[in-house]
Amino acid sequence: MRHDHLISAKQLSRDDIEAVLDRAATIADDPPDHGDAILALLFFEPSTRTKMSFDAAMKRLGGTTVDMGPVETSSVKKGETLADTVRVVEGYADAIVLRHPSEGAAKMASEFVDVPLINAGDGAGQHPSQTLLDLYTIRENAGLDDLTIGIMGDLKYGRTVHSLASALTNFDARQHFVSPESLRLPRSVRYDLHEAGAQVREHTDLEEVLSELDVLYVTRIQRERFPDENEYRAVAGQYRIDEGTLAAAREDLVVMHPLPRVDEISADVDDTTRAKYFEQAHNGVPVRMALLDAMIGGEDR
Amino acid sequence: MSDDTLRVSKIRDGTVIDHVPGGQALKVLAILGIDGSAGETVSVGMNVPSDKLGRKDIVKVEGRELSQAEVDVISLIAPAASINIVRDYEVVEKNRVVRPDRVEGVLACPNPNCITTGDEPVASAFEVLDAGVRCAYCDTIIRRDIADHI
Repeated sequence: MRHDHLISAKQLSRDDIEAVLDRAATIADDPPDHGDAILALLFFEPSTRTKMSFDAAMKRLGGTTVDMGPVETSSVKKGETLADTVRVVEGYADAIVLRHPSEGAAKMASEFVDVPLINAGDGAGQHPSQTLLDLYTIRENAGLDDLTIGIMGDLKYGRTVHSLASALTNFDARQHFVSPESLRLPRSVRYDLHEAGAQVREHTDLEEVLSELDVLYVTRIQRERFPDENEYRAVAGQYRIDEGTLAAAREDLVVMHPLPRVDEISADVDDTTRAKYFEQAHNGVPVRMALLDAMIGGEDR
Repeated sequence: MSDDTLRVSKIRDGTVIDHVPGGQALKVLAILGIDGSAGETVSVGMNVPSDKLGRKDIVKVEGRELSQAEVDVISLIAPAASINIVRDYEVVEKNRVVRPDRVEGVLACPNPNCITTGDEPVASAFEVLDAGVRCAYCDTIIRRDIADHI
């Protein structure tokens, strides 16, 4: 990879993706030493998996992390702009990982810094490092060519969905999007998929496509997005899976979820061979090690 | 010819925006930030017969030449428009608008959660698509009523 910043999955070519995934497969056994590297973790929204896995990845590479802590105890509370925050922090670290509630935040922040900046989620926008670990998990379990994938849940506000859909256009993937009408993919993502010539279909009912799928990628339907609680309840139940729901699926279906889940995947799926969401979360460390290695000191920089 | 007629048909110094699609003249004024409150002399012809467009609008602004940023945005709603610069009653320059690849600092992103709508030191920027524009920060696409976002 030769990107200064990783803002969107749209930046990633097939070669970029495969280089990171190949490196991730071996990096844990023989990690390069980045003992003098410092990674800044700027999380303006809550995060468990993304923040901890970047933290663990940097430490596995021998480096260290600095963390601004909760927004409530940071200078942001005093009214500091994001632009000022990242300009200050670039003096403390060799790279910045940023999560922010506003779409476009990472893109804007990257314009103010010279150190590499990785978008760890910008509102309902993009989450490209999650996509790399999603693709790693898919490749390990189902392969990335001749793939039929169902992506279900909140497709409108789901940033992991937007990034994954974009990255999959690099591969021979048939993408089926399953959601309530009110949570369909945003126009901008559909535009990009169309421009990329992707094979895409949209559904409101999982049954229409379940039996064809190699992978079912489930996301949380976010209660807070609905102005009316009754409207949420009406749709949420239709997009919940359990072993009974999956009876019509192939035996080797791979079930994924970027987590956290609430109740969209029943616990009775957890112990089946189909459940890969914990493995998916664990893959965050080696994949982010490979990504950091490429961005803060890889051979091709 | 009376003075009144001359006032409508000719300006001394300023800009004539011609070949605007019929009915779009008020949007051109919105792009230029003209609402009459600053006392500008402005003449507008709406739904004038046109060989090329069928019906066209014409906007004449006295005492003002347009910036490139303003012309760029006009091109989004009036791709066939021509911009005529008038000095001392003579047209000294006549240019067709060209759709730019990008417009900056003129349109506001309609996504209330876009980083450009907050207090950050960043100007809005939009990539120009075949049909519409797209926020360079949050990807929001505006297809219609682009002038409503000025």
